[in-house]
Amino acid sequence: MIDLSVNIGSLKLKNPVMPASGCFSFGKEYADFYDLSQLGAIVVKATTLEPRLGNPTPRVAETPGGMLNAIGLQNPGVEKVIAEELPHLRKYDIPVIVNVAGTTVEDYVAVTERLMDSEDVDAIEVNISCPNVKCGGIQFGTDPAQAAHVTESIKKVSKVPVIVKLSPNVTDIVSMAKAVEAAGADAISMINTLVGMSIDLNRKKPLIANGVGGLSGPAVKPVAVRMTYQVAQAIQIPIIGMGGIMDGEDAIEFLMAGAAAVAVGTANFVNPLACPEIIDGIRQYCEQNGVASVSDLTGVAWK
Amino acid sequence: MARLTILEHREIADNMRWLLFEAPKDLQYQPGQFLHIRVTDGVDHLLRRPISLCKVDGGRKALGVAYRVGGKGTKLLAGKNVGDTLDVLGPLGKGFKLHEGDRHAILVGGGIGVPPMVELADQLHRNGVKVTAIVGFQSKSVAILIDDLKQYGDVLVSTNDGSLGRQGFVTDYMTDELLASADRFYACGPTPMLRAVQAKMEGRVAGYLSLEERMGCGIGACMACVTSCRLADGSIGYKKVCKDGPVFPAPEVYFA
Repeated sequence: MIDLSVNIGSLKLKNPVMPASGCFSFGKEYADFYDLSQLGAIVVKATTLEPRLGNPTPRVAETPGGMLNAIGLQNPGVEKVIAEELPHLRKYDIPVIVNVAGTTVEDYVAVTERLMDSEDVDAIEVNISCPNVKCGGIQFGTDPAQAAHVTESIKKVSKVPVIVKLSPNVTDIVSMAKAVEAAGADAISMINTLVGMSIDLNRKKPLIANGVGGLSGPAVKPVAVRMTYQVAQAIQIPIIGMGGIMDGEDAIEFLMAGAAAVAVGTANFVNPLACPEIIDGIRQYCEQNGVASVSDLTGVAWK
Repeated sequence: MARLTILEHREIADNMRWLLFEAPKDLQYQPGQFLHIRVTDGVDHLLRRPISLCKVDGGRKALGVAYRVGGKGTKLLAGKNVGDTLDVLGPLGKGFKLHEGDRHAILVGGGIGVPPMVELADQLHRNGVKVTAIVGFQSKSVAILIDDLKQYGDVLVSTNDGSLGRQGFVTDYMTDELLASADRFYACGPTPMLRAVQAKMEGRVAGYLSLEERMGCGIGACMACVTSCRLADGSIGYKKVCKDGPVFPAPEVYFA
């Protein structure tokens, strides 16, 4: 019997696989395909204080080995998320992680405080890395001092573990990770998307209405694995690794690079059954390679 | 989600292809729904292509789509052979609604918006509804499915260059007399056509518009394919083309 369970701070996950925020909405659509209780956890779409309409379309474009997106944090606002989106997730036996985004530190704190009134929130993921909104957190994700400040402020009001999601669009991601760890983050998730662009040859303009979009999918995986490998050696808190994971072997790469758990994003769009298939793939790898506990794999690439 | 075997695959006009799949088990479908098709295995072309259901055979044994070969993804799709299998999700989305008591329906298709009208025309025809199909194309070389539609009713054709049917637009056929005789309209095609049809029909004939938008997941999770709609409270907000549509009641669709 392989032990697939992992811990992210005080969160106990039955396996290391969760969908990435923004790639799973609030879970309902995927519940038509499988029992969400199979997941290690669920990470819901970014939630802001007020409802957000998001960006104009086109919002997505396929690119070699990946895709660009610029959804722009469309969400119904924290009140509706608490009232209408989170309660249905309680029937699944999995931790619910709510991704929080904002424009100011006060926004992040207000959303977190409001979420603390809900019993349906098991952890907060702080989105300081969305590349698709002009003031949607990315400024906190590129400056270690600001990242630390927002982390510290949220930690003061949060009663649940705080995971900080890092942007790859920085010169030195290790210093970002160290800053949020020092500010009290319970875990780090990485990486958010890489800023990219496609040009529409017919219109001679950027294909995505927002101009730039976030690149995800297998194309970014080597960057994400490298960053996970570097950050894992510099910090003590656990990492949720992500970036182009399509199958069990991709997930194992992130674990070996130093992640304690993994998140699956773009793969959900290609294959609605991606998460359960990746869990099976991890189990198979462990069986075939004599791995008794999946947590033994974390960081073996540098240990 | 299923791997479906290709039964037929051929060119039906310039850069227009017909693709017939063996139907999945227990096929449930409505005209106007779409198949979300992976054009290749592997990770080079990740995203699925949404393609409208064109025709389901009487025994539900096969389902066909027609598509335009445009970008790299559909070029790859065009290279698939009879006997190959493709990863297909669907039929997905909300299709065209048939109304009991309707006696005459106008079906409007523009270019690659014509295919969903074939299955719709068949179902209306079987229900005893008179079908008038108005179809428009850039030119004769890209005209598709006209003979298929003729099995179910009158077909009026327009082309931009006059190389087939009447030169002009589909709306040129929408006389007061025709509109007065119709209980319903159904339209699918490019945005300028849908906008013109919506304006022409407003307050005269109730109906539906089928929209197209770049999609991600196809199941309502990624929020990529939103479109502006008049919401129940009168405000303008987004709905998802893949899940709330692609077919919307015409008055709901808001063209900015």
